[in-house]
Amino acid sequence: MVNIEVNKRKVEAKEGETLLTALRREGIHVPTLCHVDGLTPTGACRLCAVEVEGAPALVPSCSFPVSEGMKIQTHSARALEARRTIVQLLLSNHPDDCLYCIRNGGCDLQQLAQELGVRQRLFSGKRSVGKLDVSSPSIVRDPDKCILCGKCVRVCEEVQGVAAIDFARRGSQATVATAFDTGLNLSSCINCGQCIIACPTGALAEQSHIDRVMRAIRDPEKTVVVQHAPAVSVTIAEEFGLKRGIDANGSMVTALRRLGFDRVFDTSFTADLTIMEEASELVQRIQTGGVLPMLTSCSPGWIKFVEQFYPDFVPNLSTCKSPQQMLGALAKSYWAEQEGVDPANVFSVSIMPCVAKKFEMGRPEHGHDGQADIDAVLTTRELARMIKTAGLSLEDLPAGKADSPLGERTTAGKIFGATGGVMEAAVRTAHYLITGEDLPDLKIQPLRGTQGIKEAAVEIAGIRVGVAVASGLGNARQLIEQIRNGRQDLHFIEIMTCPGGCVAGGGQPLNTDQDMVKARLQALYSIDRDETVRTSHANTEVARLYEVFLGEPLSHKSHELLHTHYTKREVLI
Amino acid sequence: MAQVTSEKYEAILDRHQEAGRDHLIPLLQELQDMEGYVSREAVLAIGQHLKLPASKIYGVATFYNQFRFQPQGKYHFMVCRGTACHVKGSDKVLDMLVKQLGIGPGETTRDRLFSLQVVACMGACGLSPVVNLNGEFYAKATPAKVASIIHECREKESVHAAG
Ligand code: SF4
Ligand code: SF4
Ligand code: SF4
Ligand code: FES
Repeated sequence: MVNIEVNKRKVEAKEGETLLTALRREGIHVPTLCHVDGLTPTGACRLCAVEVEGAPALVPSCSFPVSEGMKIQTHSARALEARRTIVQLLLSNHPDDCLYCIRNGGCDLQQLAQELGVRQRLFSGKRSVGKLDVSSPSIVRDPDKCILCGKCVRVCEEVQGVAAIDFARRGSQATVATAFDTGLNLSSCINCGQCIIACPTGALAEQSHIDRVMRAIRDPEKTVVVQHAPAVSVTIAEEFGLKRGIDANGSMVTALRRLGFDRVFDTSFTADLTIMEEASELVQRIQTGGVLPMLTSCSPGWIKFVEQFYPDFVPNLSTCKSPQQMLGALAKSYWAEQEGVDPANVFSVSIMPCVAKKFEMGRPEHGHDGQADIDAVLTTRELARMIKTAGLSLEDLPAGKADSPLGERTTAGKIFGATGGVMEAAVRTAHYLITGEDLPDLKIQPLRGTQGIKEAAVEIAGIRVGVAVASGLGNARQLIEQIRNGRQDLHFIEIMTCPGGCVAGGGQPLNTDQDMVKARLQALYSIDRDETVRTSHANTEVARLYEVFLGEPLSHKSHELLHTHYTKREVLI
Repeated sequence: MAQVTSEKYEAILDRHQEAGRDHLIPLLQELQDMEGYVSREAVLAIGQHLKLPASKIYGVATFYNQFRFQPQGKYHFMVCRGTACHVKGSDKVLDMLVKQLGIGPGETTRDRLFSLQVVACMGACGLSPVVNLNGEFYAKATPAKVASIIHECREKESVHAAG
């Protein structure tokens, strides 16, 4: 225990922690621009500087350790003036663009200028004129709005292990760039969007599909179907200022209908279906000596990561398409057939916690008979924007229900949104497929929680099945390296690109922090605790789908619609 | 990682066995000397050798002005931005080149005819502002003078094309 004094108040801090950590616990807000939770501080922006008695200069609280007897002023005239100057300098070559900016109202820089009372342009630096990069199917980069805080660079390298971007050039020419300044689409970027979440300004945003969706809705020729991913209903309420960790499934479904979607389906339905296919694939691989460990394939950032960094592991990837693609494929076959609509007139939209899904939908491996499985992907943020534009608010809407026959879900499908959820659901069903009985306890505790890597060994009919879960591709890299180096006790590995799983995806509400991730995970596990149908094989609409359309898991028809293959990808890495 | 056929770099890479990050700049220099510019292949090869991502290598390389990322053109202009030349108006000369050629420093025209480079003092301060074309110095350069040099180059090329 370390005793310090903050703004004339006694505060207890912990040995070895930084000032910022101690201050935050006390609820004292010190602004930061370059700090990323969990990563080594760089001390680049100096915004977090506070006054320490006896120290000649202000010290950056994000990297300065607490020490006994330290006396701090967080908002002294000197500290405030220093912060104001920093913000004024940042604004000196920043476009006065707030009114037209994607971040208007949610921008850290704007917020700071407001908080510090910056009321006029004091310095007029040369406006940087960078090139807008719209080459990526997932991400738009506007270098003019970049304040070079470096968060995106660090998240990309340290959290995701990708390093698609870095600082290039210097002085007034400095930018964040890909190798050789190519568009992001040609770089090693895996489209995860974690950089968007980290970015304090409007320099990074998703490629919006709102316009094309609205156009389809207004087109009388089109039947517009929408699906929503498991992790969306537990985060979207945040966009409306409601409490974190609330499941807004019912009101969101109603909002979707009022927006004009003709059918509302649930991606958790195809999550259950994925489990049927994937668990069967696993059992088959184990029984026939197939390639192991099998790796999950539902996270498109991860797929691209394997294709470029670990092409030797492509055969380990499950051949299952992601739940998004499966639902799209079924909407344009099974459902269209049943409904008597021409698949060519079905416009298939998905609401995803993810920007990589925008990349996935365009992959040439997907689609059938000349039809794309998915025609547009909206992130949680985009959907919230659409709901607001339509003058609706989630709080006021009555609860609605998803449509049959692609709308029923079990809680096993729902927990896909959490890191470890796919694995837990798969183990439940694999056990059933092999033994004909459910696990005595469906909850598999070691697979829950926010740790980057989790492992468990499950006994199924006398076979010891080793499973592991990783989220955040830096963690995935560690696990894959272990296997490359000869580790053999694992049969099945779940990888989610984003740390924490889809609840923390790149399409989720901005300013996602650890507490939010925990609350969102909790929301998913509460659903699993409180409902009674908790295994994918108990989904009656899935059972019916097999009965009347697919036959059985891994059937010819399943392969045609629900499975695919990936190959090595050459990019500059 | 993607395996490049980097045989042509082997001799150079071999001289940097067990090398760490501090070898990055020397490696970039040597590969640039060999090929006239830093190619994508070279960056990949260095990346594999030093276990560094391409974005990082590019970031470091662009930090210094000495590296170019496109092959030189048939006519390679170097403009001095040393103090003496600067005082005598080398920036006007550079502006003119940029405008006339439609490329920035470090770039090469699409037809591979012209390339442009800005260099620190070339040691010819007495002649400032000085421009160097394919090794030949042009003293007391003015925008007009350089414009006529470009014109001459273009003339030559059209004669070639006609002949
Ligand atoms: S990035 Fe922020 S400060 Fe800049 S224009 Fe957008 S909203 Fe305004
Ligand atoms: S989307 Fe992901 S991989 Fe691409 S630049 Fe951003 S953090 Fe890196
Ligand atoms: S793009 Fe955003 S996160 Fe990256 S350096 Fe610029 S402002 Fe920071
Ligand atoms: S947050 Fe501390 S220096 Fe940027």
